[in-house]
Amino acid sequence: MIPELGHFALILALSLTVVQAVMPLVGAWKNIPEWIAIARPSVWAQLLFMLVAFACLTYSFIVHDFSVAYVANNSNTELPLLYRISAVWGAHEGSLLLWALALSLWTGGVTVFSRNVPDRMLARVIGVMGLVSIGFLLFMILTSNPFDRLFPVPVQGRDLNPLLQDPGLAIHPPMLYMGYVGFSVAFAFAIAAMLGGKLDAAWAKWSRPWTNVAWMFLTFGIALGSWWAYYELGWGGWWFWDPVENASFMPWIMGTALMHSLAVTEKRGSFKAWTVLLAIFAFSLSLLGTFLVRSGVLTSVHAFATDPTRGVFILMFLAFVVGGSLLLYAIRAPQIRTASQFDVFSRDTALLFNNVLLVVVTASILLGTLYPLAIDALGAGKISVGPPYFNSVFVPLTIPLAMLVGVGALMRWKTDTPSRLVKKLWPVLLVSVVVAMVLMFSFAAEVKPMALVGVVLAIWVMASTIYGIWDRVKDKQKKISALIKAPLGFYGMSMAHFGVGVFIIGITLTSLYSSEKDVRLAPGDNYQLGGYEFAFNGVQRAQGPNYVAHQGNLTVKRDGELVAMLEPEKRFYRAQSNPMTEAAIDAGITRDLFVALGEELKNDNAWSVRLYHKPFIRWIWMGAFLMGLGGLLAACDKRYRVKNKEAA
Amino acid sequence: MNRFALPLGIFTLLVVLLAIGLSLDPREVPSPFIGKPTPVFSLPALYQPDQQFSPQQLEGKVWLFNVWASWCVSCRQEHPLLMQLSKQNLVPIYGLNYKDESNDAKQWLQQWGNPYQLSAHDLTGSVGIDWGVYGVPETFVVDKAGVVRHKHIGPVTVDALENELLPLVKKLQAEG
Repeated sequence: MIPELGHFALILALSLTVVQAVMPLVGAWKNIPEWIAIARPSVWAQLLFMLVAFACLTYSFIVHDFSVAYVANNSNTELPLLYRISAVWGAHEGSLLLWALALSLWTGGVTVFSRNVPDRMLARVIGVMGLVSIGFLLFMILTSNPFDRLFPVPVQGRDLNPLLQDPGLAIHPPMLYMGYVGFSVAFAFAIAAMLGGKLDAAWAKWSRPWTNVAWMFLTFGIALGSWWAYYELGWGGWWFWDPVENASFMPWIMGTALMHSLAVTEKRGSFKAWTVLLAIFAFSLSLLGTFLVRSGVLTSVHAFATDPTRGVFILMFLAFVVGGSLLLYAIRAPQIRTASQFDVFSRDTALLFNNVLLVVVTASILLGTLYPLAIDALGAGKISVGPPYFNSVFVPLTIPLAMLVGVGALMRWKTDTPSRLVKKLWPVLLVSVVVAMVLMFSFAAEVKPMALVGVVLAIWVMASTIYGIWDRVKDKQKKISALIKAPLGFYGMSMAHFGVGVFIIGITLTSLYSSEKDVRLAPGDNYQLGGYEFAFNGVQRAQGPNYVAHQGNLTVKRDGELVAMLEPEKRFYRAQSNPMTEAAIDAGITRDLFVALGEELKNDNAWSVRLYHKPFIRWIWMGAFLMGLGGLLAACDKRYRVKNKEAA
Repeated sequence: MNRFALPLGIFTLLVVLLAIGLSLDPREVPSPFIGKPTPVFSLPALYQPDQQFSPQQLEGKVWLFNVWASWCVSCRQEHPLLMQLSKQNLVPIYGLNYKDESNDAKQWLQQWGNPYQLSAHDLTGSVGIDWGVYGVPETFVVDKAGVVRHKHIGPVTVDALENELLPLVKKLQAEG
């Protein structure tokens, strides 16, 4: 009964979405106020039914309703409650439902928080989001219905993929989807502005906070995913340039470019056509990511169960949404006139540079991701493109970007002079170089040139960002009150930029100074790694709710003092009958110690054990966290909430 | 044609590429041995080391050639299926015991059952290399003329057995 209710709610939501898409769009076009007024209520009704559908699926999981095929495939009576709930989005169908729900939530958010947007414009925005929603709901109902029944009803479910039975992964997909889908708001604003024929700076102002929040979610989502991969896959890596990771990273980079470009469009009225294009790209890449993950065109460790009909549907949808927007762009963009001018040396130029680099980075990643597909399509063989390509393309492109982070933020709009900046920044540069040298030479066992470059760069980013805050208040009488009065947008930017510095420290030191070792350890054996002594005390049996495990025990000491007790596990999940490595990690600010249990070796109770020493790896996620938080702060800036009179 | 239409043009090409991509299977790595006669070898049988096994002895029969080892975890996963298959007498299964100690292998078969008519003992793994084995288990289907017709990578699943291996075996057995 409950699954049927969910199914009907989904169908009703689809019908309401059609209303939400058609009536406001036509109403805005023909200027029929009654039809425009339908926009908000239709969103609320649609959101309500989406929530009902989602609740029904969640309920089916909680009560173990294995007559629902999706539940039977992804749950089990032994599965703990938390994972029964997160299993709702643990596979293709349910994650689509989450995607569609996220879209409804964002649309609902737009109706509530964008009261300052003129009704006609808002009707178009809601209509465009409704069109996207129709696509996803149709896709779900036609090809991937989470409420499909199964007969005969199995007595036991197949259980959730053990890799996904982890708290990090329970919240990673919702964050990621909120991010992906969030870019639909900026996209809808851009399309609405083009439909209305009024591509002024107003749409940029309206979509900025939305873009920031979406970007924040995506940042957290990607960081959580990377953190999960680090401790759950047991390889000690945190980023693999896997097609699915790239699929989330590309919209993120494009979203970063979009945030910066929106600032220029709003403040200076320039880059208008370009910003519209970026808004289309950011959301298109989210959709493309969805296609790549679910159609099976690329191989990936994360791929969902695939089905060609789904691939065809998403591709058609992609062609409609992206092709339609780009067609509209091709028609409307030539009419855009940019009024303002700027000098070669100005913040405008710096941001243009930022945009160009970010777009080039995205294009290179897209190329690397699709290259195997292209080669295969041409019948030229099977190849795979891996980290060597991505690292060698990504690193050189991001170095100039990092060099400019702090500088760009200090530059003036429209025009600036190099001498003014040099005068301000040379002491900062000097301090950065000296501090980096001192730190490296006093703490690093071996000073590698690339590490030095990375640390100088990171400290430069952080120092110039902090200097930027000082620069804002240093000529003021009341410094404290000037600090307090500075807009949140400014603090958000500074925090995110500072996070970039923290992030660079993390990547540089982790990738250059990590050590790992596969060793054979029998109880009583010792091994030295990275200045730590790992003593193996043996393996015992352990019992979990839906698995049995071998649990190793290691004592880690440094200079004779106890540092940590680590208990890595090798789990065997009963329902899915596959083994899982559960690494044990002693986390720290300056280093992680990471131990994964390998295979049991013959006789004498010896095991193969993998040991890692990973310096500064936490800084990668701390940096990402600061970036995301910065995005949130900037979105809370109060000037987005004041009534916008001239646009009305 | 204006420059603003350029993104649309590029996107159109991308869609064409993705559409072609949909009809391809990225997981399918073609084996160069499919459609070729079985690589020639002669190995001692696991239980009678003085007796040599070579695929030429099986000409005129359709048979499965399953690469296994006692150290291979996934082999244990497919093992019950192979046991069941051997009891059905649909098709003879020959084994290639790959890079394994003779005693370990025998003990393993004793514990879990022996579905094989015979297992060739490839201690050094050289025959495995000739057959293009890159992971254990793998299962080959060989036809009456001694030509390799299919290769299944990884443990045999119920799905693969019922939808790929057995239909192919039946088709080949029906052939001249």
